[in-house]
Amino acid sequence: MSKVFIIVQANEEARPIVEALLQDNPHAVAQESPAMVRIEAEGKLTLNRATVEELTGQPFNIQQLHVNLISISGHIDEDDDYLTVAWAN
Amino acid sequence: MDMKATKKKLGIKERYAHMTRGLGWEPTYQPADAVFPYDKYEGIKIHDWDKWVDPFRLTMDAYWKYQGEKDRKLYAVIDAFAQNNGHLNITDARYLSAIKLFWQGVSPLENYVVQGFARAGRHFRGEASRVACQMQAVDELRHYQTQAHSISNYNKYYNGFHSQRHMWDRVWYLSVPKSFGEDALTAGPFEFLIAISFSFEYVLTNLLFVPFMSGAAYNGDMSTVTFGFSAQSDESRHMTLGIEAIKFLLEQDPANVPIVQGWIDKWFWRGSKVLALVGMMMDYMLPKRVMSWKEAWEIYAEENGGALFRDLARYGIRPPKGWADACEAKDHISHQVWLLFYEYGGAAAFHTWSLTNEELDWLSAKYPDSFDKYYRPRLEFLRDKHARGERVYQSTLPTLCTTCQIPLCFTEPGDPTKISHRETVYEDEKYVFCSVHCQEIFCNEPEKFVQSWLPVNQIYQGNCFNPDVDPTAPDFDPLKAVLEYFKYNLGRDNGEFEGSEDQRNFAMWRGQASKN
Ligand SMILES: [Fe+2]
Ligand SMILES: [Fe+2]
Ligand SMILES: [Zn+2]
Repeated sequence: MSKVFIIVQANEEARPIVEALLQDNPHAVAQESPAMVRIEAEGKLTLNRATVEELTGQPFNIQQLHVNLISISGHIDEDDDYLTVAWAN
Repeated sequence: MDMKATKKKLGIKERYAHMTRGLGWEPTYQPADAVFPYDKYEGIKIHDWDKWVDPFRLTMDAYWKYQGEKDRKLYAVIDAFAQNNGHLNITDARYLSAIKLFWQGVSPLENYVVQGFARAGRHFRGEASRVACQMQAVDELRHYQTQAHSISNYNKYYNGFHSQRHMWDRVWYLSVPKSFGEDALTAGPFEFLIAISFSFEYVLTNLLFVPFMSGAAYNGDMSTVTFGFSAQSDESRHMTLGIEAIKFLLEQDPANVPIVQGWIDKWFWRGSKVLALVGMMMDYMLPKRVMSWKEAWEIYAEENGGALFRDLARYGIRPPKGWADACEAKDHISHQVWLLFYEYGGAAAFHTWSLTNEELDWLSAKYPDSFDKYYRPRLEFLRDKHARGERVYQSTLPTLCTTCQIPLCFTEPGDPTKISHRETVYEDEKYVFCSVHCQEIFCNEPEKFVQSWLPVNQIYQGNCFNPDVDPTAPDFDPLKAVLEYFKYNLGRDNGEFEGSEDQRNFAMWRGQASKN
């Protein structure tokens, strides 16, 4: 199984995104480097809107991810409630 | 009280469909092939343009909203950086060489990509693909502009940042990214897409923007890390588009597979050569290092690229031809390119220097299989000579690879002691290459590459002197004349860092910042 990743900036806006990813994807690990956080997982990663909203108590639009996104790998499936990255192999 | 039922809002997928489908029309004054004259000659067959989907499904309204937000954040940082003498927070002035090289050699590529996507957007038939190209052209323009605005603050204080536009078209090492960009721009629209969106942005740009920008943060350069990550947030979209574009082409017709494979072979190799410059920036120019070039290559090229090519295998796509050689080179290229620039340091518009023992030890630890054996002894030898007052400067001109335009400094796969060198005779003219892969690229398109503007050859032909120069004068100094033609401020932009004006000014200003 290949690894997928999502890298975001290490800032306050992206923190609930990182937390939601780690919460909803127990197989994911976070690696911190200066100014960025890389969340990596075997096969698949999902970001759920509801989890981010629960963590912040604010409405969250999945596309807000764009503002603090640094890089991403794998095929993307995005809808109003989630964003998934996965490899087909 | 009665609430009026509001109509359910459209979801992302529906909004995207409305914003990208059915926007086109069948032309009636002219046949469609006359309106779109360039999307067939490359041999790519498209049966259904509606199969093109932007996986992020970004519509124009959302696009402007998020881009505006990114820019507001970025410009707040740029202002704060300028107002608070942010340039004095960087680790040391050697770091600036990396930013000079970025500004001289990478930022102009952003501009080329603007042109390329504007043109691709005009020439593709499918509306969704045209919307995607339009957004990307605007993104890349934003990248160039934000880099200009961020880096202009350094230009107020330090050498080598001026005359970017002038140098881009003339300076020997800038012909490496320039010829790469021009090769892509003059290709057909589908080749451009595979070259830039897929091979460069998907497979390779993580190497440029992720570890290097994290390195900028580590070295205290708030301004660069901010524009870098702001650009990279667009880049994630571009990368995603790259992978969608290739799936789209491969799924449209089996006849597309071998054509696309040929482009992947070509552009992966070309990109990996351009990135040798980034390898040097990471291993040598960042006073504080986040990770080595080799580690970055392993994570972003081998691991991530490996996953990608395993995924694409179901279409009959294999990893690029130069893959094994490029992977082997991860142990060598940053050192080879640094040694080249150190020795040609008199002709580069940034500084080079001798490494400290601590820095040499770091490289020894990161490159256990190559550094002590091949590179450390040479670096120590050059450092000893410099200490004796004999700083080495090459004054002879190197031979350039006709394809990638890098001086012959890379070694033979399997033998790091032997400079790699290939030759091809085409129409009675001899052409030289750095590798079998660059040679093959030439041989596939000789009519294109015989037109390469090779700086060294142009210098020998007398095309790189200012018009008022007299090469027959008894005191004529050809090297000086060429550097003046490049618009270098001699003795300030170029040469050794130790004793440079940048070094002195930075030390003085930083001193002033910490005492009265
Ligand atoms: Fe860009
Ligand atoms: Fe891009
Ligand atoms: Zn070459």
